[in-house]
Amino acid sequence: MRRSLLSAGAALLALSTAPAMADFTGGKVRIGVLNDQSSLYADITGQGSVVAARMAVEDFGSKVKGTPIEVTFADHQNKPDVGSNIARQWYDTDGVDVIVDVPTSSVALAINEIAREKNKVFLVSGAATSDLTGPKCSPNTVHWTYDTWALANGTGSAIVQTGGDSWFFLTADYAFGHALERDTEAVVLKSGGKVLGKVRHPLNTADFSSYLLQAQGSKAKIIGLANAGGDTINSIKQAAEFGIVAGGQNLAGLLVFISDVHGLGLQAAQGLIFTESFYWDLNDSTRAWSKRFAERMGGRMPTMVQAGVYAAVTHYLKALDALGSDADGKAVVAKMKETPTDDPLFGKGTIRKDGRKLHPMYLFEVKKPAESKGPWDYYKLKATIPADKAFRPLAEGNCPLAQ
Amino acid sequence: MAELLGIPAPVLFGQLLLGLINGAFYAILSLGLAVIFGLLNIINFTHGAQYMMGAFTAWMLLNHLGLGYWWALLLAPLLVGFTGILIERLLLKRLAGLDHLYGLLLTFGLALVIQGLFRNEFGSTGLPYAIPPELRGGQNLGFMFLPNYRAWVVGVSLAVCLATWLVIEKTRLGSYLRAATENPTLVQAMGIDVPRMVTLTYGFGVALAAFAGVLAAPIYQVSPLMGADLIIVVFAVVVIGGMGSILGSIVTGFGLGVIEGLTKVFWPEASSTVIFVIMAIVLLLRPAGLFGRSG
Repeated sequence: MRRSLLSAGAALLALSTAPAMADFTGGKVRIGVLNDQSSLYADITGQGSVVAARMAVEDFGSKVKGTPIEVTFADHQNKPDVGSNIARQWYDTDGVDVIVDVPTSSVALAINEIAREKNKVFLVSGAATSDLTGPKCSPNTVHWTYDTWALANGTGSAIVQTGGDSWFFLTADYAFGHALERDTEAVVLKSGGKVLGKVRHPLNTADFSSYLLQAQGSKAKIIGLANAGGDTINSIKQAAEFGIVAGGQNLAGLLVFISDVHGLGLQAAQGLIFTESFYWDLNDSTRAWSKRFAERMGGRMPTMVQAGVYAAVTHYLKALDALGSDADGKAVVAKMKETPTDDPLFGKGTIRKDGRKLHPMYLFEVKKPAESKGPWDYYKLKATIPADKAFRPLAEGNCPLAQ
Repeated sequence: MAELLGIPAPVLFGQLLLGLINGAFYAILSLGLAVIFGLLNIINFTHGAQYMMGAFTAWMLLNHLGLGYWWALLLAPLLVGFTGILIERLLLKRLAGLDHLYGLLLTFGLALVIQGLFRNEFGSTGLPYAIPPELRGGQNLGFMFLPNYRAWVVGVSLAVCLATWLVIEKTRLGSYLRAATENPTLVQAMGIDVPRMVTLTYGFGVALAAFAGVLAAPIYQVSPLMGADLIIVVFAVVVIGGMGSILGSIVTGFGLGVIEGLTKVFWPEASSTVIFVIMAIVLLLRPAGLFGRSG
């Protein structure tokens, strides 16, 4: 015990006197992918995000300034307490420098605070709540792939403009659903539509018939699904069963991933309109990367969350390379904001003061079975929302960093 | 328009009917659990996984062998029931006479293993399974649109529950079963093969779970997690009804489906907890359950 204390002291002394060049804590860069490995968001994030992070590391050469990079992962089970415990252990004792992905907004909000407290880095791809770059924004956090405001803005305004002006919300009853409902409602009201009602269902519900019947009774033209993953799939499937679409009401999937469309099948999903920031078949570089990804994932194409993990890790490693250190989380994130982003999946972009990564968002429509040329050929591009219009303006987010 | 409790009557009727439909799943699943517990004294935590296996078997029959829903309704319970028989013969049998905890741990562990294997193979999003063409569409009942398939689910579930109850309560085979529950040694002395009866009973309980799985496949996503989410609620149903009570599990299954359905209207956020609140109250007032005999 005494010897280990002594050697720890010596190491500390050596560290403090060592030159600032290539100062990597623990002698390596450790990336922790924390997400849902086993439940309803596992196909959206899960092992696919781990593979994406590993690909980013390999494409970077597996070393930063001669220091090896490691990727580790864990399952937060969509529970804030489980996620917080893992995050603390990773940051405090396991030498993890950056936590990546973290779907489920309630878990992401908890880890946002832990990263801030411990001055580490947090790169969000899976979580949706726009509060991460709003009132809860942090100098240690970058929110990469999408957020509830961007989804609401893309899908909500497109639908109101084409006549869907009365809404009923089916909302997952936790931080993410509330944020998505709030942001979409704001867009609907601003575009001249109205909200006739809403119902909040527990996360991971199997039967939606009761909620759908309430939505049907509201006579709203649009039923907005402010939920995700298995909840969205079951809502869409059961809406067809109860003749909701046949009865003249339409569904708006506010957050739909390609894995959901794959799980539903084109027959059930055709015609759905939604907003995403990535699709494997956008251009040559997304196709090339996605093909490599699919080879490692048993043929599954990446979701936008998994693509976001790759891009965010790539940009993080570039910042470490420029800084030569991973010790000060705030400094690393500041460097990431200062450097323009450029990767094969999202193209050129920037990270704003509040931590918001800016890139275009795309409005997609799911193809009819006859239009699809093969497996995973699912989307038609309807509109591109440019980066400066896709996300909430800096001034409206109430982020203390922006003032 | 007439209103009850501030909700228009047609809406209320619709929700009652939906509650009954969901109750049908609770009833079939808790019935299987009750049958197994009654004879084997084993709390079968694998039940949810076996329900999920039923749904997956239906999917595999369709996609690999081209056999549709009706074949699945027949074959999936047989196939999954057979795996149940294997589990009983190879594993559960060795636990006879030991504390409840051993059976609970074994079946719980098995459930995790089975779910993990399916998740590894098929992912968590699940697979689509269409409603059979004969049962597509629905009826407008005036107060709600009732999909034909859901009407079929309620009908066939009620029939299966009643048939099971009749067999156990009113036939000679059922009387052997009940006798073996009371005193296996004595029944064996009468020349009845109790171990075989135990094996077949477990197989039957598992087959009921698989049957519910096939019924559920067109409504819910065929997903490795579908059973894990449901099984906890079903256990609450069994506890409320009284462990091992056949009639209790059927009545409580349908009843709690209705209560949950109504909660989805009056206080949607609480719909996933209401059954557990009821369970706590029942356990406080009648520890043996509503239909159970204490002691």
